[in-house]
Amino acid sequence: MPSYRELLQQVRSEISEVDATHARELIEEGGPVVVDVREQEEWDEGHIPGAVHIPRGHLESRIERAAPDPSRPVVVYCSAGNRSAFAAKTLADLGYEDVVSLSGGFTDWKRNGFPVELQAGLDAPRRARYSRHLLIPEVGEAGQLKLLDSRVLLIGAGGLGSPASLYLAAAGVGRVGIVDADVVDESNLQRQIVHSTDSLGEPKVESAKRTIEALNPDVQVIAYKERLTSENIERILADGWDLIIDGADNFPTRYLVNDASVWHGIPVVHGSIYRFEGQVTVFKPHDGPCYRCLFPTPPPPELAPSCAEGGVLGVLPGVIGSLQASEALKLALDIGDPLIGRLLLFDALSAEFTEVKLRRDPDCPVCGEQPTITDYIDYVEFCAGTREPA
Amino acid sequence: MTKVRIPPTLREQTGGERELSADGETVRELLDDLMGRFPALRSQLVEDGDLAPFVNVYVEGEDVRTLDGVDTEVRPGSTVILLPAMAGG
Repeated sequence: MPSYRELLQQVRSEISEVDATHARELIEEGGPVVVDVREQEEWDEGHIPGAVHIPRGHLESRIERAAPDPSRPVVVYCSAGNRSAFAAKTLADLGYEDVVSLSGGFTDWKRNGFPVELQAGLDAPRRARYSRHLLIPEVGEAGQLKLLDSRVLLIGAGGLGSPASLYLAAAGVGRVGIVDADVVDESNLQRQIVHSTDSLGEPKVESAKRTIEALNPDVQVIAYKERLTSENIERILADGWDLIIDGADNFPTRYLVNDASVWHGIPVVHGSIYRFEGQVTVFKPHDGPCYRCLFPTPPPPELAPSCAEGGVLGVLPGVIGSLQASEALKLALDIGDPLIGRLLLFDALSAEFTEVKLRRDPDCPVCGEQPTITDYIDYVEFCAGTREPA
Repeated sequence: MTKVRIPPTLREQTGGERELSADGETVRELLDDLMGRFPALRSQLVEDGDLAPFVNVYVEGEDVRTLDGVDTEVRPGSTVILLPAMAGG
């Protein structure tokens, strides 16, 4: 039986090796896939920019995803050039035609003063917390870092804002803003699951902040205990938000959110609910329609259905608010096909989803070719005195 | 006859029906038939003789404003959805 030394010697004789200078030339020419086969802690302490990380133990099972074309050159490296020698042999056995191992490894690379990428990777507790995200190729560590770096503003901490904020927080969205002026009352608890009996009488933003921070301390919650108006909207948006989840309970707020989103170029994940039915869509400014393309003006107050009489099945905002969270995560991760230009209708009684197309209106008063609305409009309050989300 | 889906916010005007059959070859004729039978619908659907800006009508998933408006043709098996703005959250 050969010793480790002998085996290494033999493998080295069967593969090609390059030194750091040569490897750098290859990489700068832009051809090869660079594969780092070290362990997580070593990768976290710095790696070659643009490299993909596949620990040696996962090489066989994961290389195909990183390098689907076996004719594309591969540069493989570890710390000193030994593990990568075995890795190069494995890749050749798997059918990779042009594999080189970096002799001297990352240690030699650094010694030459070549560029090193130091990325704030996920630490061990975060890797454990988000492990089910890390297992999904479309999310992975890079996606999780994106989520931790994203900033989502929720309008309303009511029926829709409850599940949306909880799922965003659980997913590790790093900063969540919540705008709501109300306090928690008994009639909210049938559906507003971010609040609890203990929070009766407490401002909703504070109750939500407490729940979210208990769920995930990675999330910074910015509470705005105020009603969104033309007076405060610019100040709130100035805090910097990547996207908005609209779970408002009234038309004036929804039109303010829409107009602001178009002027600031911030996508809105829109949801609304009534009794057994709800709707979700994504308004991405200039890529798709805005709320005013769909409904140029709100209905006159006397025709708007009364919020107090309306009622809503408790779980309905759970369905719609969760869909909003799902769309928000997709947008933050830049994956999948978001509901841009599509309105998804859900009917809980028939358990049916229906989709209708939404198109940009070239004559839209806000996002059209010749906008006629260029300043915020405070529409008349609709359900005066019954402001809490339906 | 064409089936027209009535949104929850308009069911008080239609005796609680979730879906109604209506007669007509265009959206205008369908709506006229419905509003004839349920007059309270008129103020929710029509403004200045045209489709109100706070309500949309979809035929086969397309907004009729992007087709021929209220003159959009409707076939007997078509799915027609009335969709007024809804604010609840």
